[in-house]
Amino acid sequence: MVKDQEFLEKKASYCLGLAKKLGATESSVIVNNSVSETVNFRNKKLDESNRSDDLGISITTYIGKKKSSISSSNLLDDNLNILIEKCVETTKNTPEDEFNSLPDKDLLAKEVKDLDLYDDTHIENDQKIDYLKKLESAASSDKKIVNTESSFTQNKSNFILANSEGFCAGYKTSSFTASSVTVAKDEKSMERDYEYSSKCFLKDLDDAEELGKQAANQTIRKLSPKKIGSEKIAIIFDKRIAKGILSTFASAISSSAISRGTSFLKDKVNQKIFSDTINVLDKPDILKGLGSRNFDSEGVKTDTLKLVDQGILKHYLIDTYNGKKLNLKSNGRCGGTSNLYFENGNISFKDLLNSKSKSLYITETIGHGSNIVTGDYSVGATGFLVENGEFKYPINEITIAGNFKDMFKNITLANDLDFKYATNSPTMMIEGMVVAGK
Amino acid sequence: MSNFFEKSDLSRSEAENIISDTLQKCDDGELYLENSKSESILLDDNKIKNSSYNSDLGFGFRAISDEVVAYSHSNEISKNSLKQSSENLKSTLKSVKGTYNHEIPKSNKKYYENINPIEQKSLNEKIKILNEVNNYLRSKDDNIKQVTANFLGEQKSVEIIRSGGETLTDVRPLIRFNVSVMLEKNGRKETGVYGVGGRQSYDSYLKDDNWKSVCDEALRIASVNLESKPAPAGEMKVVLGPGWPAILIHEAVGHGLEGDFNRKKTSAFHNLMGQKVASEGVTIVDDGTIDNRRGSLTIDDEGTPTEKTVLIENGILKNFMQDRLNARLMKTKSTGSGRRENYRHIVLPRMRNTMMLSGNQTQDEMIKAVDKGIFAVSFGGGQVDITSGKFVFNCTEAYEIVNGKIGSPIKGATLIGDGPSILKEVSMVGNDMMMDPGIGTCGKAGQGVPVGVAQPSILINKMTVGGTKL
Repeated sequence: MVKDQEFLEKKASYCLGLAKKLGATESSVIVNNSVSETVNFRNKKLDESNRSDDLGISITTYIGKKKSSISSSNLLDDNLNILIEKCVETTKNTPEDEFNSLPDKDLLAKEVKDLDLYDDTHIENDQKIDYLKKLESAASSDKKIVNTESSFTQNKSNFILANSEGFCAGYKTSSFTASSVTVAKDEKSMERDYEYSSKCFLKDLDDAEELGKQAANQTIRKLSPKKIGSEKIAIIFDKRIAKGILSTFASAISSSAISRGTSFLKDKVNQKIFSDTINVLDKPDILKGLGSRNFDSEGVKTDTLKLVDQGILKHYLIDTYNGKKLNLKSNGRCGGTSNLYFENGNISFKDLLNSKSKSLYITETIGHGSNIVTGDYSVGATGFLVENGEFKYPINEITIAGNFKDMFKNITLANDLDFKYATNSPTMMIEGMVVAGK
Repeated sequence: MSNFFEKSDLSRSEAENIISDTLQKCDDGELYLENSKSESILLDDNKIKNSSYNSDLGFGFRAISDEVVAYSHSNEISKNSLKQSSENLKSTLKSVKGTYNHEIPKSNKKYYENINPIEQKSLNEKIKILNEVNNYLRSKDDNIKQVTANFLGEQKSVEIIRSGGETLTDVRPLIRFNVSVMLEKNGRKETGVYGVGGRQSYDSYLKDDNWKSVCDEALRIASVNLESKPAPAGEMKVVLGPGWPAILIHEAVGHGLEGDFNRKKTSAFHNLMGQKVASEGVTIVDDGTIDNRRGSLTIDDEGTPTEKTVLIENGILKNFMQDRLNARLMKTKSTGSGRRENYRHIVLPRMRNTMMLSGNQTQDEMIKAVDKGIFAVSFGGGQVDITSGKFVFNCTEAYEIVNGKIGSPIKGATLIGDGPSILKEVSMVGNDMMMDPGIGTCGKAGQGVPVGVAQPSILINKMTVGGTKL
């Protein structure tokens, strides 16, 4: 069982009290506990079970404008005494930074709304096994599938965030995640693909058979890929890849990258960075949302932000430290975005596929090829050649490249947004990118 | 060495009894205890931005029956917690009928000293060096707009208790020192990153103002990139420099030769044992026994002493890297490659220091042999799809080669290739093998572990370069 609020609060207030006694002028503490149980299957048999019970505490102490932090998984008072003493001692010896401080008191969250993020249901390992049996039987029904691996995880977490200004709040969250990874083989090739579902509530999880079938189909269609020549061509990003481009956008507007001057979007607020039709929202109060929250990791309340309005950048993602440096108020984005998404475009998925006589549909990228300093983008990719709206054949061993500054202005979105992850995008087309192949 | 039972209501002999009781009739398993202390001190934007310390304590209890692994971990080293874990393992492995394998090889060799690098240098001394780094770099070049430098230090104590009470221990120091600079000139920004590290004290890497050469290298890479042109797109010849570019070996063949993927037959290499997978002259080893290297280990995370494993010898595939589980199921022995990020994770077969050995050609000869291609000197990171064998890595310093001569620097680009065939495209192997500077972390199944790589310069006949210039 995940630890209750009372236990976490007791630890938090013990730490704040001790830090004060030892000379800290301000302090904050996060205590969390997360219990998860996973069952893994491989080729229709039990492969692994894994139970984890993780406790963690992290404490930041301030002496005036000096700051230091410690973290530990050992919550025994003996250990906390040693660590907090060390933390305060280190704080004394760390140089001042004029922007160090707790958040402004009036920005802290006043109420904790129930966002429906916790499902008390407990699913026993035997029930997980039943789900995975169904999933794997569906995933392996085609004889081209030569290996299946699947997994079911139940996670229950609880946390308390408290600071010396009197803030003290936290709440339980849950998640149920199922995934299926399949390998398919023919004479010429062996390919792998996956499907996945993660929800706050067990009853909302995708059907086991559907998930398995989906994974298998996505894998089989990749068999016998070809390599194509190098050319400039329109790229269509599957939703699971398009969301990554949105995440890169989010890191480029984080106040830390902006204040350090290491982002290609520095000084771009109120400027047009996308085409007119593009809107980006970060909405923290979606019920059962995978990224939903009441406040950020400093306790600052989080309101919905329209980050991009008709192509124009409206906000950075601001925390307390970098906000003070930029002379801006925190907008509750310490630790990043909540439920981030592109609003739907106005054409259907089918029309998007049809809009060019020839395009590439990308289902997977590999490599760490996004540079937020320069905006350069270059990654390995696999996908399909699309001609006149039809998937012609699979392709691999190519790279796609461009620069986000140009790519953002050439985005067309379909109207097929759903909320499968915390960050979501409809299917996305970008024109003018370069494919390198043969 | 940590005494894990000192402050616990659980005594060592009680723990041993629970372990032996849980693992009877299992094929393998152990209790893994870990206590790690780590620090991070970061200078950024002219200020000490972060000074933090972490202390992590916990256990992971594992029971294996045939192919099935049951695992349970917790932060609380107590009677209750271990008993709960034991119940959890027993309930997964309902009817076990194996024979516990007590055999584990022994060695007295140690590849690093029992030190705590964090305590060997005071906070004030570390802060002083970081400030010196910042001042040194900013006074060297007016175009410098950002300097980031950090120290990461760690001491990890592990204890492995097997059924019957056999106990194996290791204390592992690890440090890393990194410098990153950003230059801005005529509205264009570029970065350069360099670092050093390994399993010794900070001072072993910083003595004689060696930190200055780390700064110089980061600045040099950023300066080169400031002059870079768009990279070409398409298939061409590629010369790789010595040292760190060996992450090509790590991605292209290393992961594909890990035991688990081959037992499951999901690696593109699973049916190639004993066959020719590389050009003649290509020999690749994975070595955990090099003194003080980042990827070295005295024992792995199952207690097996590490070794130097020959993976590919003169082009022929000789061995996979194995942990105990995959070795038993493939009827071979562990190569001391069983590793985990920490007690929260299960053991997987992983790389240590992966190295291509020297041949007898020179880098000059390679450059001269290329009409049109690129010369890649430094890399960011890489990734591989084990099943299709396709892998990528990202250049952070590269030049075009035109008619046998090194030309202009080119912008960072991704290179993509096919693991099982790339080593057959190696047409020259240099005589200049070099180890990397000690900064690599390898990710697999969500677990990061420190690794090393090494290689001489090599010429690859054909790879796809992912630039923007057609």
